[in-house]
Amino acid sequence: MTKEKRIEALFKRLKTEKKKALITFVTAGDPDLPTSKKIIQGLEKSGADLIELGIPFSDPMADGPTIQAASERALKKDVHLTDVLGLVKEIRKKSEVPIVLFGYYNPIFTYGLKKFAKDVRAAGADGVLVVDLPAEECDELKSELDRNAIDFIFLLTPTSDDSRIQLVASKASGFIYFVSVTGVTGARKSLSTDIPKLVKRVRRFTKLPIGVGFGISTPAQAKEVAKSADGAVVGSAIINIIAENKGTSGRLLARMGSFVAALKRGVEGA
Amino acid sequence: MKKTPDKLGHFGIYGGRYISETLMPAVMELEEAYNRWKKDPDFKKELAYYLSEYVGRPTPLYHAERLTKKAGGADIFLKREDLCHTGAHKINNTIGQILLAKRMGKKRVIAETGAGQHGVAAATVAAMFGLECEVYMGEDDIKRQLPNVFRMKLLGAKVTPVTSGSRTLKDAMNEALRDWVTNVYNTFYIIGTVAGPHPYPMLVRDFQSIIGVEARKQIKGLTGRLPDLLVACVGGGSNAMGLFHAFLDDKKVRMTGVEAGGDGIRTGRHAASINGGTVGVLHGNKTYLLHDKYGQIIDTHSISAGLDYPGVGPEHAYLHDTGRVEYTTITDKEALEGFQALTLSEGIIPALESSHAVAHALKAARDMKKGSSIIVCLSGRGDKDLNTVSKAFNFEI
Ligand SMILES: Cc1ncc(COP(=O)(O)O)c(C=O)c1O
Repeated sequence: MTKEKRIEALFKRLKTEKKKALITFVTAGDPDLPTSKKIIQGLEKSGADLIELGIPFSDPMADGPTIQAASERALKKDVHLTDVLGLVKEIRKKSEVPIVLFGYYNPIFTYGLKKFAKDVRAAGADGVLVVDLPAEECDELKSELDRNAIDFIFLLTPTSDDSRIQLVASKASGFIYFVSVTGVTGARKSLSTDIPKLVKRVRRFTKLPIGVGFGISTPAQAKEVAKSADGAVVGSAIINIIAENKGTSGRLLARMGSFVAALKRGVEGA
Repeated sequence: MKKTPDKLGHFGIYGGRYISETLMPAVMELEEAYNRWKKDPDFKKELAYYLSEYVGRPTPLYHAERLTKKAGGADIFLKREDLCHTGAHKINNTIGQILLAKRMGKKRVIAETGAGQHGVAAATVAAMFGLECEVYMGEDDIKRQLPNVFRMKLLGAKVTPVTSGSRTLKDAMNEALRDWVTNVYNTFYIIGTVAGPHPYPMLVRDFQSIIGVEARKQIKGLTGRLPDLLVACVGGGSNAMGLFHAFLDDKKVRMTGVEAGGDGIRTGRHAASINGGTVGVLHGNKTYLLHDKYGQIIDTHSISAGLDYPGVGPEHAYLHDTGRVEYTTITDKEALEGFQALTLSEGIIPALESSHAVAHALKAARDMKKGSSIIVCLSGRGDKDLNTVSKAFNFEI
């Protein structure tokens, strides 16, 4: 069985269609598991090409207040890695949308690397990104992910120099997540004007598609980023809608749906 | 035996660099700077100058005769880090790091603090060198260590309360890391203990190792031989590594690190990562951690804010596994007894952190032969803890 990997297939298709990807991030289990499932299905329906699912963690050091709060809401509902994998399995029953698990190392390490990689595959997720696991420390997890044909997504940042870009590119598969700012996650009013230049630098060292994220909060920003990158990642801006409407799932899904559709139009207009 | 970490900062399976990509170049830059400057004669001279003329080193090694009599066994010697400028060992490290920050051209320093001692030590050296300083401190710690909060503010530092998570030291460290990621180009992160991503555990140990270097000479002068036992409290473990490091090759010298037993290990309300935890990854290093079966970090408890942390420096994890150092616990109640014993018998009011070491030394001395000796690292003075202690003793100030 050599079925093409979902992430690879996605970017290949978009390339022939001359389109860019809309990548959305939400924390699994926020505000609770049943609503989270509806949110993910809503994201896909409204145009998300790839779903990043955050694994809740007690100490999200790389996240700003919005995603910290999302993680806290999920943990209050006792949502942990096992439940996240269960959620992916549920989604996978009816959907082929590529899914990347996004988290911190300790919950994964505690789960057991071998079991984690096997269960990720069994659940039907396509990739894994571990914020606090840099290329230098990643080999143990990488060999388990490779064995299960799971893509290993890495972050590159404005601080990464040529030699780090090369090192990270040598470990990465699926796509590269380029962080557009030096900072934590969170919606921002304006984006750096350096993004096209920075993306171009990364392209010198890899043929992998590049998604750009951190701080993108409007359709116009998504459009701007998608001009130079292969995809735009939007997280906190979506989670803000979840946080504001978490009591009423009908309104939440409607507002989120129209926002994501607008992001999609932005990305497609790039 | 005296292991320095490998190139990537591993002590056995522990340590390493588990941080986001944004910070990787920053810690590599720091490592490069440290490797360069630590051999530089001018750097060494400047560090030695400030340690002697500003910090007040060497600190005495004091033979606590009345405490010794109280225990009735081994002679107890106190390494008086409480007499350092600002009242704790923390400044040995902040002096070293600020000299690096200056040479690296950084204009701003940040720090996390629990007891406030490291925050004060960072604010102090920042004031002396005219650098901007911001200290992150958990809201709960701010309440229990108010005098230190005032000191930091007087020293011109901005003290930023941290309201996330358990509102203690680990959350302050999360927030400091978030600040660093955001301001990485102009900011130097002064970590206060032997934890964090490489090179911090090595660098902080090196700056603190002056404690053991002095003590080793001093005890030989006083008793004509090496000590039988070293005792130090372990939060992140910097005063303990500082005392232990110079003795690691002295096979006959036993060493005990004292973790915060809180209400007792069995109650689950403690901060003893080695005695009560398992291996995990947090704040840039692999080490023993207090976390649940899902890998979520648990809220810790200790009467002493400086020990109230769910992890421990990676070199301690390694020294535990190799058996070179023994790690034990002292409860809140025992620490208060240690506090009282030292205060009443020697007229020295210790920090609650250090009181853990004192309490264990009293126990250990009883079982040791007359003529044998113990060095206790008296890591800090107790002024900052008077509020907590008076509450515990129902004593009106
Ligand atoms: C006086 C004193 N001793 C000990 C500690 C614990 O830190 P470490 O284990 O790094 O020495 C602190 C921390 O705040 C402290 O203030």
